[in-house]
Amino acid sequence: MKHLTEEELIAYQEGETTQREAIAEHLTSCTACRTELDRIEALLSALDNLPVPERGPEYGRAVWQQIAPRLPERAGRGWRAWLEPRRWVAIGAMAAVVMGAFVAGRWTKKPDTGTSAGSVAQVRERVLVLAVGEHLGKSEMVLMELANATPPVSGPKQINISAEQKRAEDLLDANRLYRETAQHDGDAALASVLDDLERVLMDVAHSPEELTPAKLESLQKRIEAHGILFKVRVVGKELQEKQKTTNSAPAATDSKVRERNKA
Amino acid sequence: MIRMSESAGSTQDREALQSAARESDTIAVERTLAGERDAFRVLVERHSQQLFRLAYRMTGNEHDAEEVVQEAFLRAYRNLGQFGSRANFGTWAYRIAANYAIDRMRQKRTEDARRSTPSSLAEEQEQDPLDLVPDERPTPDRLAGNTELRKKMEEALRELSSSERTAFVMRHWEGCAIEEIAAVLHSTTSAAKNTVFRSVQKLRRALEPYVGARGALQAKAAGAAPEPRGTEL
Repeated sequence: MKHLTEEELIAYQEGETTQREAIAEHLTSCTACRTELDRIEALLSALDNLPVPERGPEYGRAVWQQIAPRLPERAGRGWRAWLEPRRWVAIGAMAAVVMGAFVAGRWTKKPDTGTSAGSVAQVRERVLVLAVGEHLGKSEMVLMELANATPPVSGPKQINISAEQKRAEDLLDANRLYRETAQHDGDAALASVLDDLERVLMDVAHSPEELTPAKLESLQKRIEAHGILFKVRVVGKELQEKQKTTNSAPAATDSKVRERNKA
Repeated sequence: MIRMSESAGSTQDREALQSAARESDTIAVERTLAGERDAFRVLVERHSQQLFRLAYRMTGNEHDAEEVVQEAFLRAYRNLGQFGSRANFGTWAYRIAANYAIDRMRQKRTEDARRSTPSSLAEEQEQDPLDLVPDERPTPDRLAGNTELRKKMEEALRELSSSERTAFVMRHWEGCAIEEIAAVLHSTTSAAKNTVFRSVQKLRRALEPYVGARGALQAKAAGAAPEPRGTEL
């Protein structure tokens, strides 16, 4: 019996041969062919172990940041999307924040003190801190509900998350605005948490409405993987602290001004 | 926190996760097509790692691989209208990346050919291949861990034509079916099979002195090498 050709051995190794049994039988009795096959396998195994540089879990986000500005606008439902009622809720909320900041600025404006610009900035910051805190609270509730959701004991095994999805979609618009504001203000930590939150909210919003227990578990794992609930809680707490500090800030500023005047 | 009481087997879990991801991909595609540009972000974040792995193995360097990943997603976004929503977005994006990587490799090869100097090639060929093989019998890990040998493997992969490298990467590293490779190479399945075979054969020729030397010595010791190779089963 002649030995197997290289082509036959490679095809056998690849699992791409119709003569599999005959070749296997030959290999049990032929040392030379067995050795030849071992050498092919050794080569492929060595190549298998060639390393690929690691890309961290943030790689996807980095790719998105690179390509997002280069994506052309797509003519979809476009302006019609802005007529959806849920959009108006988000727009209303944003308008309320802006108006709040404006009115608060007017109200606290003190002529001729030289500190009016600072006061307006402080009030603006206070209003934003309040709004972002509230936003994080709402987001935490949606995510908590999903994280704690359990499939029904009896009846259909599908779990409907459409209510949570709608809330996640509404929160997405506001989240985008707050993230951009935080980036603009140079608050990298807050911007990063809002960015993570945006991804999770988007994941929720883009999941199917009806989930099987396995799919629900998969979604819960994705929420857990981002550690977003913990981050949201920590940042929410920090914002509460900040709110307290900014509330007491004018008094401190006034006393400092008084001391300076005395001197 | 909810935990499923009767946890399914790992294969079932994996299938469920894959199916959930596919379903979520389909929704993201639909929303992107409906004008929500940010929905595309879900797809980018989900598939970037996989595309990078493929691109790196095909191009052999990080910079090119990064470029391939970005370009693949840009092309996928621009051509999303042609993507049948029943197909798997991951596989589709994968094909786009493989095709772009082929173009990129061909372009690079032409540029390199223009720049290459014969003297540097001659210097590399002067090295005794057996010097690179450690005394102990080489295990795959040890072979890949040997920097010099790794360099040789990378060189051998670079020497493959872009079709051969694509076929090899898709078959051996990515575990793709021959049909899938044929689709990327725009060839028949038998031509794709041949390309895979040719790639393995070329790699053997290039790397046998380094990887297969011990095996050859062993074969000689067993006195079983000299017979001609041919089918007669």
